Amino acid sequence: MADSVTKISDPTIKPLTLNFGPQHPAAHGVLRMVMEMDGEVVERLDPHIGLLHRGTEKLIENKTYMQAVPYFDRLDYVAPMCQEHAFVLAAEKLGGIKVPERGQYIRVLFAEISRVLNHLLNVPAYAMDIGAMTPMFWAFEEREKLMEFHEAVCGARLHANYYRVGGVHQDMPAGLADQILAWAEDFPKAIDDMETLLTENRIFKQRSVDIGIISPEEAMAWGCTGPVLRASGVPWDLRKSQPYDVYDRMDFDIPVGKNGDCYSRFLVRVEEMRQSLRIIKQCIAEMPEGPVMTEDARVAPPRRADMKQSMEALISHFKLYTEGYHIPAGETYTAVEAPKGEFGVFLVSDGTNKPYRCKIRAPGFAHLQSMDHFCKGHMLADSVAILGAFDVVFGEIDR
Amino acid sequence: MDEKLQALSDVGAHIAARFTDDVESHELANGELTVVVGAQAIQKVAQFVRDEANSLFKICVDVCGVDYPEREKRFEVVYNLLSLKHNLRLRLKVRTDEDTPVPSVSSIWPTANWFEREVWDMYGVFFSDHPDLRRMLTDYGFDGHPLRKDFPLTGYVEIRYDDVQRRIVYEPVKLTQDFRNFDFLSPWDGMTPTLPGDEKADQQAAEGEGK
Repeated sequence: MADSVTKISDPTIKPLTLNFGPQHPAAHGVLRMVMEMDGEVVERLDPHIGLLHRGTEKLIENKTYMQAVPYFDRLDYVAPMCQEHAFVLAAEKLGGIKVPERGQYIRVLFAEISRVLNHLLNVPAYAMDIGAMTPMFWAFEEREKLMEFHEAVCGARLHANYYRVGGVHQDMPAGLADQILAWAEDFPKAIDDMETLLTENRIFKQRSVDIGIISPEEAMAWGCTGPVLRASGVPWDLRKSQPYDVYDRMDFDIPVGKNGDCYSRFLVRVEEMRQSLRIIKQCIAEMPEGPVMTEDARVAPPRRADMKQSMEALISHFKLYTEGYHIPAGETYTAVEAPKGEFGVFLVSDGTNKPYRCKIRAPGFAHLQSMDHFCKGHMLADSVAILGAFDVVFGEIDR
Repeated sequence: MDEKLQALSDVGAHIAARFTDDVESHELANGELTVVVGAQAIQKVAQFVRDEANSLFKICVDVCGVDYPEREKRFEVVYNLLSLKHNLRLRLKVRTDEDTPVPSVSSIWPTANWFEREVWDMYGVFFSDHPDLRRMLTDYGFDGHPLRKDFPLTGYVEIRYDDVQRRIVYEPVKLTQDFRNFDFLSPWDGMTPTLPGDEKADQQAAEGEGK
C-alpha cells in the first residue's frame, strides 16, 4: 500500500501532526491518536491510551475474590459475562473447585449470548464508522432483547455480576430457556437483514475490502487474537483448542477469513453470530437439571432456607460475605475466547482472601498497539475503518 | 501424566538443558509450565522458544509485573507465551529490582512493546533496548508507579476543574473517610493452627519442641 502512494520528497514540506480524539465518535470511546500526516496519508500513528484508566488491577488486589467479579463487567462492558468467565475459571483452577454441569451449561450459554451482544454492537458500529447508519438501529433492537435475558438471570442489564467462583449466582427463571430459544429461531432473520444492507453493498466494500490487510505472520507477531487472527486465515479458537466448561461438547464451526482485511473481519464476526446461535440452541437442549453452584461450602453460600434454621449456616453466610473465601497459594494464566479475542487473567494467590496480583490481558490492548504498523501508508479515513474492525473498547484497554 | 503435560515438561527440560547457566528453575504447577530465567539471558531464551521447532511460541500473549517487596529482587516480570502450532502455553519469569534493567524482548515479539511500557509505568521496571519506553496508562506527568505494593490505593493527588483558573488543577487527595482495611486473619477455615495471642497453645508448642 505504501508503495502505491507517491511521497512528498520536498524537504521543506513538514508532515502535518493531527490530533484524533479523545472526543471523536469514531474513536470508540476515549482514544487519542497523534497522527503524522503526509497529506491524506498516515505516516506515523501514536495512540495515547489510559484516559479511562481506573486502576482496576490495584483495586482487585484490595478486594476479596467475590468483590472482584463486578470489576470484570466494567472492562469490556459490551460483553460483560465473558470477562467474568475468565476470572472465575482462574480462581477455580487455583482452588480446585468443580462446577456442576448445569452451572457450566448456563455459563457457556451466557458467554455466547455475550458474544452475540458484542458482535451486534461492533458490526454496525464499524458499518457506521464507514458510512452506514441503519444497521445500528436494527442491531440495537436485537441487543435490547438480549439485555432482557441478562436482566432475567441477574437483575442487571449491563453489569451482570452473575458468574461466581463455583458456578453462577442463581438458576435461570422458569420459562427463560423457551424465550431464548424463540429468540434464537428469529434472530437469523435479523442477521440476514443486516447483511442485505452491508455484505454486497458497493460503498461498504469499497471502504473495507483490501483495507488493513494482516498476514498470518504479522497477526501472530503483533499478538492478534480472536476474529482478527481468524480473519487472517489462522484457524485458532480457544473454545476448540483449549476448551473450558462444556465447550468440548458443543458442535460448532470456526469461521476463518481469507484475506485478512477489514472486510474479512466483518464477515468472520457475522458468521460467528450464526455459530453462537448453534451453541445457544445446543446448550438449551442439553442442559441437565440440578444445582448451578457447587456444594463446596468453602465458596458457596448456604441456602437461605438453611439460614433460617441453622446458626452455623448463618455464621458461614456472614463469614463468606465479609471475609470471603481463601484461594490456595499458586499462580495461573487462564484465558477464554472473549468476543474480541483472547481475554486472559494472570492470577497470583498467596493463600489469603484477596488476589495478590490479578493481571488482566485484554485483547484490544494488543490490537490497538498494532494500529501504527497497519495504518502506515493508509489514508486517514482508512485508519478509522481499521480501528473499527479491530473492535476496541476502552474499558478493557485502559483498565 | 497426559500427553499435554508430557509435552510441556519436555519443553521445560529442553530449555533448561539448552541454557544450563541461565535457567534458574523450571516447574509444572496447575498444568502450567513456568521457567525462571536470569535477566541477562531473556533475549536469548525468548528467541530460542520462539524459533525452536518443538516450542514455536510465536505469540507473546502478555507481559506483566508482580511486586514482592520483601524479596531482595522485588519485581518479577512475567511473560506469558502461546504456541499455536503445539497448542501450548509457557510462562517465562525474570526477577529484578528497582535499578537493574531487563533487556527488552520487543525486537523478538513486537507486541511486547506496549506490554513492557505498561510494566515500566506500573512498576518502574526499566527495560533496556526498548525503542520507546514512555508511560502507558497513567496521566501525563504522573509521578510514581501505582501497582507497587507500597503505593497507596487512594493515590496522592486528585484533580478537579477550577472555575477561577479555568483549567484542571491537581491537589493532594482528600478523603472524608480513610480506606478501611480489615484484618481477616481469623481462626476460621483453619487459617492458622493457633489463634494469635493464644498463650496456652504457644506454651504447648514450646513444650513440644523442648521434648
